[in-house]
Amino acid sequence: MIRKFKSYNKTCIPAVLFMFLAISSCERDLSDEAVLATFPTTADVYTDNPVGLTQEFFESFDPAAGANPEGFGTDDNEAFLGTSSIRIDVPSPSNPNGNFVGGIFRDAGEGRDLSGYDALTFWAKASTTATIGDIGFGTDFGTNEFEVARLNIPLGTDWQKYIVPIPDASKLIQERGLFRFSAGAFDVNNTPFDPNDDIGYTFWMDEIRFENLGTIAQPRPSVFGGIDLQQNSFVGSNISVGGLSQVFNLASGQDVTVFLTQAYFDFASSDTSVAIIDNDGEISVIGAGTTLITASVNGVAADGSLQITATGALPIAPVPDLPAENVKSIFSDTYPDETIININPGFGGSTTQTTLLTFDEESVISYSNNNFTGIIFDNTVDASALSFMHIDVYVQETDVEIGIQIRDIGANQEIETNQFTGFPEGDDKDFRIDLTALNVNEWTSFEIPLSGDLASQKDNLGAVIITGGPNFILDNIYFYQE
Amino acid sequence: MKIRKITECLVFLWLLVIVSCNSDETQTVANFDVLVFEDNFDVDGAPDPTKWTFDIGTGEDQNLVRWGNDELQYYTNRTENVKVENGFLLITAIEENFQGSTYTSARLKTQGLFQQKYGRFEARMRLPFGQGMWPAFWMLGDDSDGEEWPQIGEIDIMENTGDNPIEIFGSIHGPEFSGGESISKKIELQNSRVDNEFHVYGIEWGEDYINFYVDDELYNQLTPDDVIDETDGLGEWVFNDRDFYMLINLAVGGNLPGPPDANTVFPQTMLVDYVRVYQ
Repeated sequence: MIRKFKSYNKTCIPAVLFMFLAISSCERDLSDEAVLATFPTTADVYTDNPVGLTQEFFESFDPAAGANPEGFGTDDNEAFLGTSSIRIDVPSPSNPNGNFVGGIFRDAGEGRDLSGYDALTFWAKASTTATIGDIGFGTDFGTNEFEVARLNIPLGTDWQKYIVPIPDASKLIQERGLFRFSAGAFDVNNTPFDPNDDIGYTFWMDEIRFENLGTIAQPRPSVFGGIDLQQNSFVGSNISVGGLSQVFNLASGQDVTVFLTQAYFDFASSDTSVAIIDNDGEISVIGAGTTLITASVNGVAADGSLQITATGALPIAPVPDLPAENVKSIFSDTYPDETIININPGFGGSTTQTTLLTFDEESVISYSNNNFTGIIFDNTVDASALSFMHIDVYVQETDVEIGIQIRDIGANQEIETNQFTGFPEGDDKDFRIDLTALNVNEWTSFEIPLSGDLASQKDNLGAVIITGGPNFILDNIYFYQE
Repeated sequence: MKIRKITECLVFLWLLVIVSCNSDETQTVANFDVLVFEDNFDVDGAPDPTKWTFDIGTGEDQNLVRWGNDELQYYTNRTENVKVENGFLLITAIEENFQGSTYTSARLKTQGLFQQKYGRFEARMRLPFGQGMWPAFWMLGDDSDGEEWPQIGEIDIMENTGDNPIEIFGSIHGPEFSGGESISKKIELQNSRVDNEFHVYGIEWGEDYINFYVDDELYNQLTPDDVIDETDGLGEWVFNDRDFYMLINLAVGGNLPGPPDANTVFPQTMLVDYVRVYQ
């Protein structure tokens, strides 16, 4: 009889408690089953002390990734309320202990029930006008399932209240990740590629808690960056839903954007014989045809969608057979990667949609509507002992021509391009070639010599610029020596 | 809704006045419990023509330029801008080029159809949000005798600017206290907003007083003494003189809210659940 209390919803809790009282007057003890599977609703995260947090209190992001665990502390000389606040000393870019500070606060117990709140709030001020990289919650160094972050929060030198709206609190019935933040040096002149004017600074945070403000409204979720995308795909490919965000309007009338994880969304595919999508936003293309992928958060339809037109299976690109020691690979399933790459550089004026298509056996990069884009290397590749770049290209239309520019970015490690001519400047060099005579519906392989201006400078290869097309698929991009 | 500006000074003065009101034990109190006008918007389609008529355009036919406030919208009676559906009156502001304006919306009134002196006038509404939105539920005095604004009087039961989703204000206009000099008071909602839930906005109006309320909260009472205080004795209480009619509209832009910005959502719809009048 008691067992069924477990299924009662929240509104029945007073009645349940009442029953407990009645039952406790009996002499028998309660069985374990009578304990409701609910978690504390504690709102406070930090007041003058951490509230119910792990013994570590602050758990830094990975120092190996540049996080500086020294920057975190508390300050008994500064407080918005009470006697103490959290003090963050943001390192300068050259700090040997790491160039940013960031981490999480975790619930000491099994998690909290935050479903009765609509926002994370805190007060903050800084030693100078500055911008914090991100603040949010839901990062628990476990599954990070319900992560939420508000980015680029501007701080002033006076205490101000900040609000991070909760996208759908009904999902947060057992959340351990109560607070997250990260902050890097302040870029004084707003020159993202020049760290020389970046400075460290200090900021303070106080009165961190969850609240039910009642004044957060007009949720406007987005997927795919709020854009209606179209993509050709193949049976067997897997696509991840990205570009997730949600805009809210606060009591101040201000719109605030948070970035959030897939777990807050409900996804749908209009034709599940073409593609299915799971709760994590992973799309599996399973049949030929056309389907529309859409999403919603808490019943509110998201802006943005993806129309997938799938044809049969994509043939696997020819498997490279060079010995690995002859190769420095940028993108292939055969060789280890020489560097991390960015396939979405976001060049101004670019119309390109770039998608990583993953199949069980391989991954390929699919380009749609390309005018110009590039593959940017995180670390430069020294190809001074290598002679060629290999690339495989697949097209589904006739008359496709693709321009390839292999770029050496020189000793200063910066891409420098003349904004009028598009040609390399400063210490940059490149070699350009057009890929033509492409076979339709099959892979065409190219061996591009590292010649021209690269013949004498190829020890800092930093990018491959890709023009034209406009629709094609690339695989097996690597530098090699025969 | 003529030109107006609410100054902090005005609000501050009102705080003083209210304190004096509260100490006055001889206020007139009346009960308005006889329902004399009701529209619950239960019939889908155009608004009931026996209750509502429209202002169309930008005010030129009433010798007003952009309704006297530099408002950006062109009012129409098209279904796109105004209709009754699912028990609500829907007034929708649309961003579009129309008859030389860049937005369209709607303005309904009971002029010539229902007019009354004194009573309780209230509407249950959900407002739009965002910079440049300017919804209102208000009243004008009957001018069929040839008298002109502001002598005919104006009672703004509820106004809001969309950049402030937790605050509305009620105002009166008359000779020596019109436009930017209107007598006005704001009320901030507690843990609540105007754009994601319905609230009842109303007045109780009798001889020599107008009470303003939101839901069950009375937030202001105005009397002839207030007009005298506010205008150094120059103003005239014009609210015992004539019948008034009701107006409901959604303006876009204009002197008070300023123009919409890139974040303002269009189209956007204001909902009215009911309008009721008691005497």
